[in-house]
Amino acid sequence: MFQVRIHGRGGQGVVTAAEMLSVAAFAEGRYAQAFPSFGSERMGAPVVAFCRIDDKEIRLREPVMEPDAIIIQDPTLLHQIDVFAGLEQDGYILLNTNRSFDALGLSDYLSDRPPERLCTLPATEIGLKHIGRPIPNVSLLAGFAALSGLIRLESVIEAVTKKLSGKMMEGNIAAATEAYNLIKARMEEVKHA
Amino acid sequence: MLKQIEGSLAVAEAVALCRPEVICAYPISPQTHIVEGLGKMVKAGKLAPCEFINVESEFAAMSVAIGASAAGARAYTATASQGLLFMAEAVYNAAGLGLPIVMTIANRAIGAPINIWNDHSDALSQRDSGWIQLFAETNQEALDLHIQAFRLAEELSMPVMVCMDGFILTHAYERVDMPTQQQVDAYLPPFDPRQVLDPKEPVSIGAMVGPEAFMEVRYLEHARQLQALERIPQLAVQFKEIFGRASGGLTQTYCADDAETMIVAMGSVLGTIKDTIDEMRAEGHKIGVLGITSYRPFPLAQVREALIHAKRFVVLEKSLAVGMGGILATDVRMALSGAGLHGYTVVAGLGGRAITKKSLHQLFRHAVKDELEPITFLDLDWNVVNKQLERERQNRHSGPIAENILHDLGVVSAKFG
Repeated sequence: MFQVRIHGRGGQGVVTAAEMLSVAAFAEGRYAQAFPSFGSERMGAPVVAFCRIDDKEIRLREPVMEPDAIIIQDPTLLHQIDVFAGLEQDGYILLNTNRSFDALGLSDYLSDRPPERLCTLPATEIGLKHIGRPIPNVSLLAGFAALSGLIRLESVIEAVTKKLSGKMMEGNIAAATEAYNLIKARMEEVKHA
Repeated sequence: MLKQIEGSLAVAEAVALCRPEVICAYPISPQTHIVEGLGKMVKAGKLAPCEFINVESEFAAMSVAIGASAAGARAYTATASQGLLFMAEAVYNAAGLGLPIVMTIANRAIGAPINIWNDHSDALSQRDSGWIQLFAETNQEALDLHIQAFRLAEELSMPVMVCMDGFILTHAYERVDMPTQQQVDAYLPPFDPRQVLDPKEPVSIGAMVGPEAFMEVRYLEHARQLQALERIPQLAVQFKEIFGRASGGLTQTYCADDAETMIVAMGSVLGTIKDTIDEMRAEGHKIGVLGITSYRPFPLAQVREALIHAKRFVVLEKSLAVGMGGILATDVRMALSGAGLHGYTVVAGLGGRAITKKSLHQLFRHAVKDELEPITFLDLDWNVVNKQLERERQNRHSGPIAENILHDLGVVSAKFG
């Protein structure tokens, strides 16, 4: 079983991201379970959502406390809550920022983690560019697909088409494609570094 | 057809397949998405003929459902928590009048303190109302139970609650197999009411009954619940014939055959318990589970049969009879009168406290060695409790409990876990 925890703020589509991840995994014939942290839903408040993916039926109903991957939609959360809590030693970290881990002062903290599992993505900027709104969730999902190889870009796009329509759908597909290619290229660099 | 959708929407689609004619809606978390989903279908004309009535309160929701059902319409509503309490008078009336309304309860704690998260306090507060109460383990089962609920309700002319864990199920996206309209139509015949308000053949429904006949009317309600004990397993068998999967029934067991320790529970926590039991089985512990699907009527004989060969049982419930202990546990112990098993009550998950595999491992390991107290409050923070008790000893004017405790914890807003 693969467990993902997504951190963000109300209004950033955190819950939708977990739901779309589960739809993408389902599109690939897998079992998936997505659920929100059920906190008070307010714009700007910290929000957590979870997604489990497996090849068999998922019965477990506890919150994801030991994730295999963490997606952080808002870097300001790093100062507010322990977003890395319980992350497996070889777990994936995908952070929405236009800065580097180094510039954010995270290099030391992340130094004993495998570099090919860590990545930043300017997902807010990609969102602004393609959908005209600072919503990073779909870009990050596509980025996660590129980083982990766990799901395909086509499946993320399929989830987007199920959940959204019209211009939001088209913009998000463009955002997903750009994010995916960006991280795919970055990971190639890491591999050859 | 397999779908990856939210539990609430899965239930909304299943209810729509049952062709309800009147849906009364009043929003309350975590039920809201269900009636919203149905509202959209009615508005889009996908569900016709059906009247979607926005009412002014839960009391009105059940009252309108009673009126609709008495007029011969298939009636549905959904609620949770305080909403169920607010409609309580009408809930008893629906059962007393023998009206086959189906209602989803998206199980949520009851305040005060106000809390929107999951436990079973709401449904269990209405356990003696005369409604049948079915508890779903998964969204698939929630969906399936609604289809069975309409059939059962209308056959026996009594109302049915389908209980599903708020948020944990209602807001979870997971895989469900959505039946076809043909399958549902084959299983659920059109509503043929035993009693109906019809201007052409006027009758009254709801006579005042004095001491001369009240007990008999009430006994017949009990008798119908006993009939339901017979019908629920039969309807599950017929369901399997048409839909191809096992769903419903009175109880279900897992790893129970040679189990020395049996865990008893209801609802979605059964999944986490099963995962824990798989791991303990791998270490050689003889442990199994009994899931209660039908809480009312309570299947005394099936519960006794499932537990009688074990050495001990642990009832893990998301409810508390304040001043007494377990609610489900009391019923399970009744089923085992004179059997001489060790019985333990565990109150867990109140107000959305996460029930984790880690805590269950610890709990079950104590249980298999008979090291549990008669009643355990799982993951209760005794420091918090003792601090407040001490404060009350020290200061007559210690103030409001909930505010004191949140202050002690340094919590500024409610959070999950």
